[in-house]
Parts: sequence; structure tokens; C-alpha cells
Amino acid sequence: MAKKRIVTTTINRQPVEFLCEPRQTLLEVLRDVLDMTGTKEGCSNGNCGACTILLNGRPVDSCLVLAVETEGAEIETIEGVATTDGLHTIQQAFLEQAALQCGICTPGLIMSSKALLWENSNPTEQEIRFYLAGNLCRCTGYDKIVRAVQDAAQAREEVSV
Amino acid sequence: MATVEKKTYKVIGTRPIRHDGTDKVTGRAKYGADLNLTGMLYGAILRSPHAHARIKSIDSSKAQAYPGVHAVVTHADLPEIGSKIADLGEGMFDIRDVSRNVLAADKVLYTGHAIAAVAAESIHIAEEATRLIDVEYEVLPPVLDLRRAMQADASILHEDLRTEAFGSVTDEPGPKSTNIAKHFYHEKGDLDQGFAGATTVVEREFTTATVHQGYIEPHIATALWNADGHITVWTSTQGSFAVRDQLSGLLQEPVSRIKVVPMEIGGGFGGKIVVYLQPVAALLSKKSGHPVKLVMDRADVLRATGPTPGSYMRVKIGVDADGRITAAEAEMAFEAGAFPGSPISAACMTVFACYEVPNGRVNGYDVVVSKPATQAYRAPGATHAAYAVETVIDEICEQLDIDPLEFRLNNAAQEGTRRVDGVVFSRIGMEETVEAIRNSEHWKTALEAGASLSQAGPPGSTQSDSEQKLRGRGIASGFWFNAGLKSSVAANVNLDGTVTLVEGSTDIGGSRASIAMQLAETLGITAEEVTPTVVDTDSVGYTDVTGGSRVTYATGWAAYEAARDIQRQMVERAAKIWDVTPNKVCYEEGRVIGPGDNIFTFRELAAQINKTGEPIIGRGSSDHNEPGGAFGTHCVDVEVDPETGKVDILRYTIAQDAGTAIHPSYVEGQMQGGVVQGIGWALNEEYVYNEEGVLQNASFLDYRIPTCYDVPMIDTIIVEVPNPGHPYGVRGAGEVPIVPPPAAITNAVYHAVGVRMRHLPISPPNLLHEILAKREDGKTQT
Repeated sequence: MAKKRIVTTTINRQPVEFLCEPRQTLLEVLRDVLDMTGTKEGCSNGNCGACTILLNGRPVDSCLVLAVETEGAEIETIEGVATTDGLHTIQQAFLEQAALQCGICTPGLIMSSKALLWENSNPTEQEIRFYLAGNLCRCTGYDKIVRAVQDAAQAREEVSV
Repeated sequence: MATVEKKTYKVIGTRPIRHDGTDKVTGRAKYGADLNLTGMLYGAILRSPHAHARIKSIDSSKAQAYPGVHAVVTHADLPEIGSKIADLGEGMFDIRDVSRNVLAADKVLYTGHAIAAVAAESIHIAEEATRLIDVEYEVLPPVLDLRRAMQADASILHEDLRTEAFGSVTDEPGPKSTNIAKHFYHEKGDLDQGFAGATTVVEREFTTATVHQGYIEPHIATALWNADGHITVWTSTQGSFAVRDQLSGLLQEPVSRIKVVPMEIGGGFGGKIVVYLQPVAALLSKKSGHPVKLVMDRADVLRATGPTPGSYMRVKIGVDADGRITAAEAEMAFEAGAFPGSPISAACMTVFACYEVPNGRVNGYDVVVSKPATQAYRAPGATHAAYAVETVIDEICEQLDIDPLEFRLNNAAQEGTRRVDGVVFSRIGMEETVEAIRNSEHWKTALEAGASLSQAGPPGSTQSDSEQKLRGRGIASGFWFNAGLKSSVAANVNLDGTVTLVEGSTDIGGSRASIAMQLAETLGITAEEVTPTVVDTDSVGYTDVTGGSRVTYATGWAAYEAARDIQRQMVERAAKIWDVTPNKVCYEEGRVIGPGDNIFTFRELAAQINKTGEPIIGRGSSDHNEPGGAFGTHCVDVEVDPETGKVDILRYTIAQDAGTAIHPSYVEGQMQGGVVQGIGWALNEEYVYNEEGVLQNASFLDYRIPTCYDVPMIDTIIVEVPNPGHPYGVRGAGEVPIVPPPAAITNAVYHAVGVRMRHLPISPPNLLHEILAKREDGKTQT
């Protein structure tokens, strides 16, 4: 076993220092070292998107990132999306549209949706479908997820106007 | 029993936010893998590289000596048990087969079959240690082809297997070993006479590939075998009591010593009922003295759990000059996988269930092959059967030039229709779903320019060979029985007028809400005033699996009973306070009303409970088995690229009878989710094995389930023909939506490119092959 490394990052706006083996993925460190189990594991090879987090503002599969690579990085996980003011508009839209059934893909989908609306505040249905194609959901058939993202975009538009 | 009039509902039919919603959108909900216990070890499993082999020896000494390893277990650590059939709600299993599946005994029967397990201080050490286990195999020829497996000279998986007969067959088990585990047979009327009366007869053969349930959360179990002999298992399962009872049988421990704690579950679709990891984690815990967590990776999920069978089907249907079915015959063989137990019996019962079939015969065979033991998958068996029947019907409609909806209305099963397997329908909504599609915007709107078929109305066909993409519309119907079975709940009235609802049905798709809403409706309070909690097997009465589309029906009924129990106690309490006899007091829409002006709201009386007597606790349990059959009719438009064979779904509308939709959003969600799984089954999904029986596509990249980008919005029409067998008219809604899609899409593809696909999936290579063959055919003829 290789020697453990100290990694210094920012997670959900808080400075975080953790100890990890070089072979450990960011997903494994989030879940098993930092006990942040909101980020889910569905396949561990970048196919399903359940472990999506934002790394320096970009959505990535945390199972494909080695934790040691995140030195100095800004990380946002599902645990950081809601604030003391309440749920994020995307989270609220997922609830109101019933855009989840089992909920295992939901944290990843919310992270991807957040990145999408950051890049494109008024996406078309096709743009939403293209952007979220890396997040598999087996329960919903995606209909209500797409509608939730549309609702969230609309709600944010109304707030900013 | 009388069905309550829908117009009086206040909670039912509304769309409250689910009670567990916030936890699930913030990452706080605890799924199986999210549990970490003090002193916990991590387990890993050694799996077979061979599809069929005898295990000559297992040497785990090097693994046991590896630093950080605490325990190694094999099948030898499981007690010897005899053959015993267990009914787990969505299929029957022989518990001895489960024992030989969780850890292989003398033989491995598919690649990925578990052989040994290691518990160590980290997952990495455990995985390294499994590679140090030496297994000596005598490799045997695998049995990968279904029809080959049925032949007398096939390689035999289980030397002790003999064919068991069900239904009205009388054939005795033969003396010879066979791979045909079961033979089902149903007959109605006089088949020969029926076909003699037909003017049009279509007979076709079909095959379908093995497909997987594809839940996103892999299987997981954490177990603690405590020093006092009590076993606790935390796991993601569709049935905590089903896990408890299986563990009791496998480990030969009384149920009183086993507690199963259901964690949140990340999808199941029938695949998380039978146990895989739970007994192995328990054995590792017993041997190591630590809690042990076992998690599958995605490849293990695909090669060693689920799937639903590959199949062979032959269907023959005869129709008279008036377009009425005179006779129907089906012969179906399903791959059971390594052990008997495919859903062939359900296929035999559902195959012609949508129609009034005066003369019918069904033969079904359950056949073991060198693939994982198949498990239930959403309306198990019905999708296969509907694919064959509904595409044959489309061909008949074309030959007779009958509108496919008209044909279905002419032949629809109704109240009183007796199925070929003998069951007589109560009030059902098959016809209503066909009518709903006929009245839909979708059906009334013609396919857009470039379309290959006649505008609106019945789909025609195109023989066009042009380069442009071609479009077609398809129709299909489907049926699923739904299940009733047993459920228990307890409901505690709080002093602030709210109710905590304790239940045993694990919530896969919003059932906390649909159960709580029935309690709220009955008590006349709001959905938000009920707090539902799913608890472990020591904390609630026996509850069958979340499966068979039964939870909203059956656990909802238990909640209704609990509410009635609370009503009775509230009436008695008010009578005591008012000093009148209880028969002078009644419960009405959330109020307790007595003589004179005496009225308590639910909340007012709740506040008095502790001051006036004992706490009020409602109990409810149910064991009703009139779940009301569910029917659906689907309409789909596809576009086919004739140069590549790729099929795009342009538009999809599903009409389904839900009896009464308790929470319409989650009913729609079931419909949409089922349709998209059906689209995947139709167009992409299949297990690809090489000649040695090694699964070639054990990842989500290569076993490709539909993504967001592959599908359009799925339009839903909820039809409500209340189920006379439920206080609120509920019919199960979860399973039937997967039944029609492969057939509907196959029919639409035909109307686009003139090719009838008789093998699933309709993947680009498979479809292109047929398109090119047809083109060649056309050239030879001209």
C-alpha cells in the first residue's frame, strides 16, 4: 500500500483537509473518508453519472477522479446545494414535479442540472436532454426530470427579472 | 364491497410533495451503501470465470493468511438444507437453489457465479485476497441456446432435475435428467374447431434476448452476527420480511433471531427480492466477529443478478370474417438461467388476457441454461408474451384491413371474460384504455410530412425505398394481474392532531405518499399531517414485498383499516368526554359529531387524548386478493433511418387503467418509467455472450439503457375504472406499463419500413439486416 497523502481542498465552500491513498477515487474519499454519502455510486466507471459533483464548477463523475488530483480544487457536492435559506430552486422543482422515484440518481442529476443552468440559463428541451444524457435514471423515463429542469430555469428567470 | 364515490375525495387525486422528498434531493436519505458501522469490515466475492464447471477444490489458505483479512467463507460454511419452495410474492424459489446460488456448491453454473467471499479491513485488501484463492475446475460445456438446451442430448446443468408438470397436463416426470424444469399447460374450448371457424390465421415465431432490470443502485448488504446469536442485516431490498425469511431458511436460524433493516432502495423492478449478498455478509460476520459490508460492482450486478429471460415463442391466432378471434394458441419457452424459476407461468396466464378468446391452448416451458438465475422484472413474463401476440394481431389487422383499435374494441376482454387459464375477470378497463387512445390528440394527429403511412386513422404500410427517414405508428395493449398479499401498518395519533404511520413496505417510487394519503383521506386530515416511516422487521407486522404492483393497493388498504380503527377509538373517546353512548356519536370528514352541538375536529379531540384516557393507536392489516387487473394501450410514432437501422421514438402516448390514481404524479411516473424501460428492451438492451458463455457487455456503457437523449416526453392518460375490490378503487399501476412497448414499437417499425421484426432487440444491426434482406428480395423479384 502506497503512503497516504494529505490533500487540501474546498468542499461546499468550507476548507477541508483529508488523508487518502493515491489509489482512492474522489468518490471513495467523499463517501468513506469524509462520510459525505449524498454522492452515490452506481457503476464506478463513469457510465451512470450517479456520482456527479462539481469540480471547479464543472460537472464530473467523481468515480473517475483520483482524490489526490483535487489538491487546491473547489468541490461542490449535493450536500452543499441547499442552504440555510432552504432548498435550491432545482431541488424544489424536482419535488414539485415528482421527478424522482427511487432517488438514487437524484443527487447526480441535480448537480448536472445545476451546472447546465449555470452555463445556459434558458435551455431548450433538446439542450436539457443532451446535457443530462450522462446521468442515467431507470425509474422515471426522464419526462418529469426534464420538466423539473424547465421549471427551475423558469423560476430563476422570474427571480432575476 | 362498495367503492367510495370519487367525488368526495379531498386528498386522493391531489399531488402533495412526497414525505421523503427533501431527504432525497439533499443527499441525506440513507441507502444501503451509505451505512458505516464501528469496526466494520469490507467484503469481496470471488466469482466464476467459467459458465459451466465442476468445482474440484477450493484452497483459500493464502487469502486467509493475507494481512488485513479476517474471514473467508465458501458454500461449506452454509448449513446443508433440503429442497423447500418459498413463495416470495413475485415468484417461487427453492431455498436450496438460493443456497447454491449465493455461494456455488459442487458446480458453477454461469460466469460470475459466487464461489467464495473474503472480509478484510478495506475493500482493496478484500479484493486482492480473493485473487489469492485457488479454485480447481473441471470445465464443462455451457448450455447457452434455449432450444438446444431442451434437446435430449444437451449438456445437463442439474443431474437431479426432472420436468415438473403444472396446469392440466398429466405427463409424469420422466426418468431422464433434463434441462426442462417445468411444463405449464392451459386449455379452453376446442382449439381445432376454433381454427376451423377462422377465415384468417397467422402463426409466427419470435425470440427475445436476455435483458436486465438495470436499477442504478447495485446490490448491498451489511450484516452483524452478534455474540448473543442475533443477526441484524441492513440492506436495500424490495421485501425486508422476504429477506428475513430467506435468511432463516439459508442459515437455519429462527426468524426471531434475525432483524432486517430496510435502507432506502435505489430501484428494484423485481430484481431485489431474492437474496445474494445478505447471507454471505452474515456468514462473514459470524466468522470474523465484526459487522461486514458487501457491495456489488456494476459488472457483478449484470453478470450475476437478475436478469429476465431470453425466450422463444410461437403464437397462432385465428380470426373470422367479422374480425373476431376464434382461436389462439401459444407455445413459449423461457430461459430460467442457472436454476428453475423463470416467469413462464405468468407468461402463460397473461398471454391472451387482453382478449375474449373462445378457444385457446397455451404450453410453457421453464428451461435451465448457463446464465444467471432469472428474477422478476416488472410484469414478469407478460412483456415477452405481449410482444408475440400484439404483433401477430397487427399482422391480422393489416391482412383484414381493420383499424387496430377497432379490432381491439371488438375483441377486448371484459367483466366476465374467462381467460384461457381459467380465471374470470371482474370489472376491468381494457376497452376504456383503447377508447382513451382513440380519443387522444396523438391518434387524431397525422404523422408529419415524410410519414410513410396514411394520414391519421389506421396505420398503413410503406414499401418506399427512398433514402429519407421513414416514419410509422404502432399500437399495442397489455395486461398484468397485480398482486394483493399481506401488509401491516400501525398509526399513532399525536396530541397536535398529526398521525405517525409505521409501515413495512419499502418505498421505491413514492409509496410512503400513496399509503399516507389513503390514511389521511379516511381520517379527513391532510397528507402533510401524516408522517409515514418504513421500519425494520422487529417493528411492524408481517408485510410482503414491494412488488406485484401491490403496495398502494394492499398497504394502502392496511392504512385504510388503521384509519377506521382510529375513527372507532376517537368516537369512543368523544362519547366518554360527552358522557353519551358511542352509538350517538359518528365520525365524518375529519370531525367527531355527537348529540346537540357537540363537535370535535380531529385536532381538537387529539389534544384531549392524554387527558382523557389511553393513547390512540390504529392497527391495520390486509390480505385481500382482488387487486383488479391492470390494462394499458399504447400508441407510438417512430422514425427509422433505413441506411443505419436506427430507430428514434418521436412520440409516445400511454393510456392505462389505474382504478383510482391516489397520487397522479407517481402513477404517471410509473407509466413513463415503464414505457422507457420497454423502449430500452425493444431497441437496445441485450445480453451478449461469447461461445464460452462469458458476458461481453457487463457495463452500462455496453449494456445500454435509454438515456435522457434517447426518448421524448411520454404522454400519459390515466383511465380510472375503479377496482371493486378496494375501498378507494385502487388498481396496481407499476408493472403493466412495460408490457406493450416492444410490441407497439415493432408494429410502428413495420409501418415505417415494411419489415416485421420477430427478434428483440430491434437494434440497428438487427434491423438493418432485415431491411437489406427485404431490399435484396425486392430486387430478385423485379
